[in-house]
Amino acid sequence: MQMTIEFELNGQPQVITTNPLRRLVDVLRDDFQLTGTKEGCGEGECGACGVLLDKQLVNSCLLPVGAIEGKKLITIEGFRNTKRFDIIQQSFAQAGSVQCGFCTPAMIMAAEALLSVNPNPSESDIRAGLSGNLCRCTGYGMIVEAILTASREGEGLW
Amino acid sequence: MDRISTPIKRFDFDDKISGQARYCADIILPGMLYARTVRADRPRARIGAIGIPSLPSGYYIIDHRDIPGKNTVPIVYDDQPFFARDTVNYIGEPLLLVVGPDKEVILQIIDSIRIDYLDLDPILSIEAADKRQDDFIFGDQPWFVEYHYSKGDLEQAIQNACHVVEDEYETGYQEQLYLEPQSVLAVFADEQITVYGSIQCPYYVEEALLQALGWPQDRIRVVQLPTGGGFGGKEEFPSILAVHAALASIKTGQPVQLVYDRQEDIICSTKRHPAVIKYKSYLDQEGHILGRRIECKTDAGAYAGLSSVVLQRLILSASGVYNIDNLEVNGRAYATNKMVSGAFRGFGGPQAFFAIEMHMENIARRLNLDPWQFRQKHFLHQDDTSSTGGILKNDIRLDQMAGEIDAMSGYRLKRHNQPQSPDKLFGIGCSFFFHGCGFTGSGERDLIKSRVRLRKYRDNKVQIFVSSTELGQGVLTTLRKIVAESLHIPIDQVVHYYPDTASSPDSGPTVASRTIMIVGRLLQDCCEDMKVRWEEPEFEVFRDYKYPVGLSWDKEKFVGHAYPEYSWGANVVEVEIDPLTCVVDVKGIYAVYDIGTPIDIKIVQGQIEGGLVQGLGYGCIEILNTAGGKVVQNNLTNYIIPTAMDCPPIKCKIIDDNPYPDGPFGARGLGELPVVGVAPALALAVQNAIGKKINKIPLTPEYIMELMHSADDD
Repeated sequence: MQMTIEFELNGQPQVITTNPLRRLVDVLRDDFQLTGTKEGCGEGECGACGVLLDKQLVNSCLLPVGAIEGKKLITIEGFRNTKRFDIIQQSFAQAGSVQCGFCTPAMIMAAEALLSVNPNPSESDIRAGLSGNLCRCTGYGMIVEAILTASREGEGLW
Repeated sequence: MDRISTPIKRFDFDDKISGQARYCADIILPGMLYARTVRADRPRARIGAIGIPSLPSGYYIIDHRDIPGKNTVPIVYDDQPFFARDTVNYIGEPLLLVVGPDKEVILQIIDSIRIDYLDLDPILSIEAADKRQDDFIFGDQPWFVEYHYSKGDLEQAIQNACHVVEDEYETGYQEQLYLEPQSVLAVFADEQITVYGSIQCPYYVEEALLQALGWPQDRIRVVQLPTGGGFGGKEEFPSILAVHAALASIKTGQPVQLVYDRQEDIICSTKRHPAVIKYKSYLDQEGHILGRRIECKTDAGAYAGLSSVVLQRLILSASGVYNIDNLEVNGRAYATNKMVSGAFRGFGGPQAFFAIEMHMENIARRLNLDPWQFRQKHFLHQDDTSSTGGILKNDIRLDQMAGEIDAMSGYRLKRHNQPQSPDKLFGIGCSFFFHGCGFTGSGERDLIKSRVRLRKYRDNKVQIFVSSTELGQGVLTTLRKIVAESLHIPIDQVVHYYPDTASSPDSGPTVASRTIMIVGRLLQDCCEDMKVRWEEPEFEVFRDYKYPVGLSWDKEKFVGHAYPEYSWGANVVEVEIDPLTCVVDVKGIYAVYDIGTPIDIKIVQGQIEGGLVQGLGYGCIEILNTAGGKVVQNNLTNYIIPTAMDCPPIKCKIIDDNPYPDGPFGARGLGELPVVGVAPALALAVQNAIGKKINKIPLTPEYIMELMHSADDD
């Protein structure tokens, strides 16, 4: 079964014809070579495939591509060109929040999803906001600290 | 703080944060094929007929018949095949690969493969292995290896003893759960095979390829790609994937990518060894330990793998940070029909320190002694001998660490004044521990023979050539720091890439908390040679490992210095337990470490916090059981690791004035230490809260409930 799907990807309109049941993560990685979106478990538990769909954080391994018709999709490749990303990455660098890096792009997307609805989150808001994204290296504390810093440094951006 | 400890931005940061780092699965080469492994679904069986459907054009089967060299994974013992031939010994053992251009078609082919088995009687636990009289998995005994060592005269100590305290402790499996599943990419071109991948030890992979292919070394190349975590899980295991993918690429003439999905990864990859550890401690009238007998058993799984060396570290750690004059220690690694247990951060240490710290507290409890003072009275000090009789020649700061952690956590005060509440139970526990840095015994000299190389170029850039891998622990940054600081040059002048066996000498595997202490030190020494010749426009220097003067090791009798050096730690964990649900809420972790000089305090903090949380998972929520040889928790929905919501506040202090003279800038090993001490501190906190003796981890609510409703044990 093939279907034509229209959506916006990182600010660019796209029209693709594909099986609508294909997983969004495969379409992003295989068709668009957007490999910043990672697959860590394939069942919506680890969050490494997190992308923003109409500003909401979603696990792209659980989403059939047919479900993005008419929606706006942002991946790390789009988000990394924004001022908000600059602030988040600076605070991640300062806090030492990156180790193996596999969870990192989706952690950034989760941070953006959180800050865009809650620009001044508390530590527990941040922990809840990251609870769908697993990290095995850092123990999360340094990521939480970075997002606290970003929310302060990026005052007015969100 | 030393200048080298000042944090800098990691060199792998920009690529990783922006999603531009290319991990193995992110690479697509022209004509690349995909592979998937067909695995045994029986714990122990003879393989009968394998029915393969007729394959569409462009699809291939790879199995043991494609191996031109030896079908044996080179580790310690020659018992594990790359592909099963006649028999299978665990659920998940690889039988063959299906290779082709379309992943969906590969799955359809796998669905129509039929395998006949003749089931054999499996051995599924240490207990069952111990009872077995015949039909063993490995030779004519139920274990792969048995070790014994002793110190002093235990028989004499027994005769002088007034008290005897016996305990038995049990620990479970733990899955490394690196976020990036196992993955490799093999490219056969110009009569040469290159394997790229998510790997900890490029030279282990090279050795496996040499053995399987029987080719000369110059036709084999291994390159590490950005790696999404390892924790030991990518130490010995990737050799199997690498050989599989290489055989497929050689047979098809096309690049072959082999990436496991999470379920497959959990089912077939290595795990932390389950262990049973028994103590019998003999004490005098005043509560001084005269001697101790320790018996350790691990569940090694179907093949020997690294179980012998894991067992060595376990038994060498099993007497803890205490000075005991008379010891008899025995250890066995049992063969069972389950996935192979292997390397996992801590490497036998977490099991040993859980058991010894529980036992020390229990002795104090039995004899009505203060557990804190009881521990302190037995602490090791400088110039004492280790459990294998090696003189500990460097300063040991356990007393200072005890003081620091008590001050940070208020342990002693809280311990005796826990609040009373009908709906909350409060508890606090502590642990003291070490981790031997580098390979066990004289392994650095006899087995590893580390070599490092430094090259200076005309533009005054200096390049590091080592086989140490970047797993997230920061090696691409910390080794640069050591070189820049040693040569007094700006760090941007130092070049360091992911290792490639074509250019990086074998400086040893990235394991055993050895990279900074051993490889870093060799680089520092190289810098001394380089400084003398600095005016030369372009040249290279190299250094080989030298065993430190004053150390000795008898690897048969286990006598002497079991490790070149140790790092030390103390943990306190505080918990609140809901007496109805028995859910443990960890309220805080306190930690003090002596790791010598930290090479970048942020990277050190990252190792510590990550290790503590991994250790916390090990102690409570990471449950992995097998049923009939099959992993029950085989995905991330039921194998649970801590999330950001599960992590308590962490307070940490580094002892910063005890540099290790033989380490670079005074650094000792760190990577494994933080994972070692959490589980006992947690378990002792729970024990303190519920007032019942804990004998095993993980501490499930079910187990805690069972204990709470049980009669007092003494």
